[in-house]
Amino acid sequence: MATTVHEPPQIDSRRLAGERHSGNGAGGGIVPDGDLRVAVEYSPPPSSTAIWVVLFAITMMFAAFTSALVVRKGSSLDWQTFTLPSVLYFNTLVLVISSVTLELARRRIASFMVVLRSQGESPARWLYVTLFLGVLFVAGQYVAWSQLRAEGLYLATNPSSSFFYLLTVTHALHVLCGLGGLIYVIRKLSKSVLRRNQLDAAARYWHFMGILWLYLLLLLRMKL
Amino acid sequence: MSVHAGQHHAPPTSFIRKHVFSLDHKVIGKQYYALALVAAFIGMFLSWLMRIHLAWNNAAIPGLQLLSKTGAPGGVMTPEYYLQLMTMHGTIMVFFVLTTAPFAAFGNYFLPIQVGAEDMPFPRFNMMSFWVTFTAFLVLMSSFFLGDGPTLGGWTQYAPLNAVGSVAGPGQGLGVVLWMASIALFCVGQLLGSLNFITTTLDLRVKGLSLMRLPLSAWAWFITSCMGLTAFAVLMPACILAILDHVAGTSFFVASNLVINDQIQPHSGGSTLLWQHLFWFFGHPEVYIAIVPGMGIVSHVLLANMRKQMLSQRTLIYSMGALALLSYMVYGHHMFVSGMNPYSSLAFSFPTLVITIPSTIVVLIWTFSLYGSRLRINSASLFALGFISMFVSGGVSGFFLAQPSIDIMLHATYFVVGHFHLVMGVAAMFGIFAGTYFWFPKMTGRMMNETLGKAHFWLSFVGAYCIFMPFHYLGMAGNVRRYASFVDDYLQPLIPVHRFITVAALCTGAAQLIFLYNLIHSRFRGEAAADNPWEATSLEWSTATPPPFDNFGGKHPVVYHDPYQYGVQSSVGDYVMQASPEQVKSDNEEK
Repeated sequence: MATTVHEPPQIDSRRLAGERHSGNGAGGGIVPDGDLRVAVEYSPPPSSTAIWVVLFAITMMFAAFTSALVVRKGSSLDWQTFTLPSVLYFNTLVLVISSVTLELARRRIASFMVVLRSQGESPARWLYVTLFLGVLFVAGQYVAWSQLRAEGLYLATNPSSSFFYLLTVTHALHVLCGLGGLIYVIRKLSKSVLRRNQLDAAARYWHFMGILWLYLLLLLRMKL
Repeated sequence: MSVHAGQHHAPPTSFIRKHVFSLDHKVIGKQYYALALVAAFIGMFLSWLMRIHLAWNNAAIPGLQLLSKTGAPGGVMTPEYYLQLMTMHGTIMVFFVLTTAPFAAFGNYFLPIQVGAEDMPFPRFNMMSFWVTFTAFLVLMSSFFLGDGPTLGGWTQYAPLNAVGSVAGPGQGLGVVLWMASIALFCVGQLLGSLNFITTTLDLRVKGLSLMRLPLSAWAWFITSCMGLTAFAVLMPACILAILDHVAGTSFFVASNLVINDQIQPHSGGSTLLWQHLFWFFGHPEVYIAIVPGMGIVSHVLLANMRKQMLSQRTLIYSMGALALLSYMVYGHHMFVSGMNPYSSLAFSFPTLVITIPSTIVVLIWTFSLYGSRLRINSASLFALGFISMFVSGGVSGFFLAQPSIDIMLHATYFVVGHFHLVMGVAAMFGIFAGTYFWFPKMTGRMMNETLGKAHFWLSFVGAYCIFMPFHYLGMAGNVRRYASFVDDYLQPLIPVHRFITVAALCTGAAQLIFLYNLIHSRFRGEAAADNPWEATSLEWSTATPPPFDNFGGKHPVVYHDPYQYGVQSSVGDYVMQASPEQVKSDNEEK
């Protein structure tokens, strides 16, 4: 299977060093920037930058929810604690393993791209495993919500349950977007037009979902 | 090369793809501008209605009953309807004009060209950004015609009245939900826009265009997009929480045992201050989201007309960056009288005073750069000067409001209204006008009429001062804001001032029709524009007028110079363009 590889260009250290000295040329004499210097030869693919921008926005969103939780809990005595459904820990394990399988997939695809081996093994296999684990995680979250509903804990029952549903549902929606990203990567790979930076961006997003979930689980355990 | 495959897309052929669902950043920029223009005139019209009502309290406004039978029976505005119009005026102006025009409209059109790119890296997200914003506008406007009208809670939508439903008054049911949904959508649109702006600036610059060689306008858009990314990502969850309080029965913002209109509310334990914290964490940076692009545009316009370099371009960039950073540390000054801990007031007061330092530095750089320059007087440069004037006049009153002890007296008065209208509203509008008169030739291929432009400036400049300076006087005289009428005895002597303001507002608003006429007439009948009519240096003036679909006609420009090489001797005159390989000497060197 032939896969198109688009490696980023090599960074020319001399040019980058030149770039650091460029800037506003105030003062007399020959205009400092009139030396016909070419400063920027290389910049990363936009998707590499974009994924950090997206992760920053998501971080800010959950920071806002976290501060709301802390303030709301401290503002009144109506906060009731409850035990988290144990399926959440299974879900956590699933999400952590999915990150591992995605890394396996990423490395296989990377070496596949470089060496173009034909071992008869699809490089997308571990991607499918990751996709399955991701779906399993969302299904597991649904089980957790169902268990809480069976216990009579709904969105508006108590502020603690409100925040539980709010945080877990918002996270699950972001995980679904990550699944969409994985499907996009698999489709590109099957058409042999996958680019390395697209795979890296999808992987970063997915790993971030795992880290975010670990943080949320810790927050929910401490505060609910 | 920093040109990536992601930004390439074929020229559209169908009308729909060319003019409606276009991926071209230039078309999207124009769409944003058109949206802001419509929104600005609606917002201005609402302010006219409010001003007439304030000056002549019981006067019937002919035809107003057509807008709302219950809100204006017989054309006479009810107090609630006044608040509904006020809320819509503020929301439309802050979100759909002051954020949309200087940042999204001009930024979309000119940022990719100023960095030498063919388009933004994610054109589909860019298209979505506009259409989501447009949908947000439609959702907001629909509240005029659905239920019992738009919300009356003001553009800040304070809790708990934003979360308890129609018991809190007309528009507090469906109107609030539509407001929250509209603003949440707006946040999504701006986040998508910020994503494109940041990646365009960082990743799509052409050869030779280091960050410090970016024009000041591009820097301003970049800084603003970083601010937007942080601020809108917080406002959106706040809106989601408010909607849940409203429709799902949660209690994030509504306190327990709250009685409204003799009805005890079915909520418990929520924090009303929580909304204020979340809102103002967005709300204060929003002020800078509105003004920083104006700073960049004004600097860009002034430089082309001063024909000399800025005193220190690097300091100006750092100051805009400092404004962006500090804007997140000062938001509590909107809450001095909210009942929060007095030590918090002190903590928020200090950075509020500190933030005046970068603002002052920016103004001093402009002023000293202008000193001794032979400024070309045209509509664009006049509005740029007007921007500085409004920014300083409005900013000075900020010193008073930054101190909690004084703010307690002035907080809910017209002093604050005068302050933010000058420093944020009129100044940002003047930035938009400066940008319009400057870039119109590049966007349309035609020049605007200078005589009409200058008339527009002088009427707007004098008019804005006539409207907003008396607001400070009213505030000091104790005239509270957000009242639908002034019936108290102590306010009666102030009614003539209100009438003067109303007349000034009507005249200044009418002057904007000159601008509208000039804009539309010049678009079709204006004198043909050259590629570089202002003899300016940045990349947008290196390409054809108007720019071709791929911005540079299949070429990738190379940048050889800083963005503002004015006051030099070159083969074309006293300037050298960024993309010109010509080596030049400055005037100083010659002397």
